[in-house]
Amino acid sequence: MTEHNTKSNLQERETVEVYIMGKKYKLPSSLTVMKGFEYAGYTLLRGCGCRAGFCGACATVYRVGKDHDLKVGLACQTKVEQDMYLTQIPFYPHHKVSYHLEDLRATADQVVEVYPEINKCLGCNSCTNVCPQNLKVMKYISHAIRGEVSRAADESFDCLMCGLCASKCPANIVQYKVAILCRRLHSRYLAKKAEHLKERVKELDSGAFDNSLEELMKADKATLAAKYNHRDME
Amino acid sequence: MTPEEKQEVLRNHHPDYIESQFREARLGPNKGDRFPHELCDVLEAYPRYDHNRFRADKVDHRVDVLIIGGGGAGASAALLAHAQGAKVLLATKLRFGDANTVMAQGGIQAASKPQDSPTIHYLDVLGGGHYHNIPELVKALVIDAPRVMQWLEELGCMFDKQDDGTMQAIHGGGTSRKRMHSARDYTGAEIMRTLRDEVLSRDINVCEFSAAVELLLDEQGRAAGAILYNMETDQYEVVQAKTVILATGGLGRLHTQNFPTSNHYGATADGLVMAYRVGAKLVFMDTIQYHPTGVSYPEQVEGFLVTEKVRGLGATPVNIDGEQFVYHLETRDVAASAIIRECARGKGVTSPSGTQGVWLDSPLIERIHGEGTIARELPAMLRQFARFNVDMRKDPILVYPTLHYQNGGVLIGENGETSVENLYVAGEASGGVHGRNRLMGNSLMDILVFGRRAGLHAAEKAASIKYFESKLSVEHVKNFVSELEAQGIAKTFTSPILLPFRHRLNPNLEAQHSK
Repeated sequence: MTEHNTKSNLQERETVEVYIMGKKYKLPSSLTVMKGFEYAGYTLLRGCGCRAGFCGACATVYRVGKDHDLKVGLACQTKVEQDMYLTQIPFYPHHKVSYHLEDLRATADQVVEVYPEINKCLGCNSCTNVCPQNLKVMKYISHAIRGEVSRAADESFDCLMCGLCASKCPANIVQYKVAILCRRLHSRYLAKKAEHLKERVKELDSGAFDNSLEELMKADKATLAAKYNHRDME
Repeated sequence: MTPEEKQEVLRNHHPDYIESQFREARLGPNKGDRFPHELCDVLEAYPRYDHNRFRADKVDHRVDVLIIGGGGAGASAALLAHAQGAKVLLATKLRFGDANTVMAQGGIQAASKPQDSPTIHYLDVLGGGHYHNIPELVKALVIDAPRVMQWLEELGCMFDKQDDGTMQAIHGGGTSRKRMHSARDYTGAEIMRTLRDEVLSRDINVCEFSAAVELLLDEQGRAAGAILYNMETDQYEVVQAKTVILATGGLGRLHTQNFPTSNHYGATADGLVMAYRVGAKLVFMDTIQYHPTGVSYPEQVEGFLVTEKVRGLGATPVNIDGEQFVYHLETRDVAASAIIRECARGKGVTSPSGTQGVWLDSPLIERIHGEGTIARELPAMLRQFARFNVDMRKDPILVYPTLHYQNGGVLIGENGETSVENLYVAGEASGGVHGRNRLMGNSLMDILVFGRRAGLHAAEKAASIKYFESKLSVEHVKNFVSELEAQGIAKTFTSPILLPFRHRLNPNLEAQHSK
């Protein structure tokens, strides 16, 4: 299979020296950080989820060589490089704020009421600098402070909730929790409801499709195939 | 392609038809049935937990409903069971929300538009599944789908909408109406994070890094709990429950036929193994879905999914000569087979890392829908490729089928119930609704439809049970081990395996393993 070829070729390739939590390993340069951990012999438990850039489990911080800048990335989406000093931050504490969406309203000060600490934002932009999704985190927090819920929802949409923003915030804001509150408020209260959905549910409640479904459920394979092969396409 | 041509390409090129890749199960409820070797291996492995150490008098948690699995099916089951007043424990092997659900990009099917109907949806599902689907399950799927969309809307899920509230909908492979609803290309992630936020806002006990390793029965053979294994401290805990819902997902990380997979780290068929040992029957486990468009290059993301929304927006697979060889909205099994055929007859493209593939003409999307469409509709895909210096707006991408989904699973009824009393199964771990091939967007809907139904019915059933049974039993495990021994099956590894085999993740170990 294709995967085999790739892997057997790996050993012959160029290698780089990578320091995983300070310990040096020689790894093929083509690997991602996640595969680098595994190549080095680690079995990941935390710090590994979808392995495809969607789940936010594998937030990683690193420095390269003499460069003092702290860099960030998702382990599954970042290539290893020479002289990389890295560690994962698979968990960062957040405070537990419970709310029931049905008891909230999308008013200008709703988000601040739930998360009053956002008013303490220093405007340092550390959250934006650290976001592996390149989101303008500070910008959406500003929208949230001003009660611009829909704009905060839109700006924060690609958030994976990896927690790197919160780990860097000098005001101890948990940005990604603010973001999901904004998205839920926007979607429930500010975006218009889908009328076609209401209509369809009403039809379903009145049993409008019971007979036609019943007919298909009883049909034999030949009848179904005939209908399927001649169905009209939108 | 005509229906006959489709059958031919499936028979000759789909991995499900390679006989040598299958064998008959030697024991259990499906004895004699044909399963992939990799599935047989874990079903016929010895239990990870030594049943001799089980103490029936030591119970760590007592709950009404135990939910095993923290993806979309488990979360929606938890919400519905909790709303019924049940005391719920949701145990999950990794983090809450770590599941294939978050990776579902393209969309969720629901017949919500006037030109569509649940009946048309039903016919599409049946045709896609080659008419093997269980009718009652398909009916449940299509009639619940619009209600689920409304439920998600109420929960604050941010679907793509026009200003007047109309939900956007596009085609997916095998749909005859535009009923693929989406939240950009983070559809599953948006649904999962919303459900998770809601579960965490309610008084629901969520226990992370706690994998179920064995189901427990009462003395009448009804499901009555599970043994949980703390992945971080190596300790076992016993949960007694009035009803149990398995929502553990699929088998992608078993890598059938050595295919790369688009699946989550945790997709190791644990639920199938546990359900099999208590006697629940599996269906359609001889058919696996290979997604036609897995990444073939760059190698860092090989096997990752290129969402079907890319085809939905008009990108067409073409061979090395730039010829289209399959209709761009063909069902997944036929499209995957056509790509495998194209490569087999030398019309594929070899990537710099040595993998095979065909072009997926992504720039066509911007030709059809205008510049900026990819950034707007496919931000995750665009970002994914850009990280490795491929601009999919300007250059086509290289794709090859990847192991994506188990079409079958534990046989369920319309409310997620199984042949084992008080045991429910929902989501990818269950089987029947998709027949022999699932359509895009029906899995996100399936996990919610049957997660909700299982949650509701498991809670109602639990409410009807007045007292906890006095005795929990592992007799079934003892019997299973006896049967393994009687069959002369050697003890190689134990299951459920919980994490992918290490040699699958580490090329160093893989080399040793194959020696």
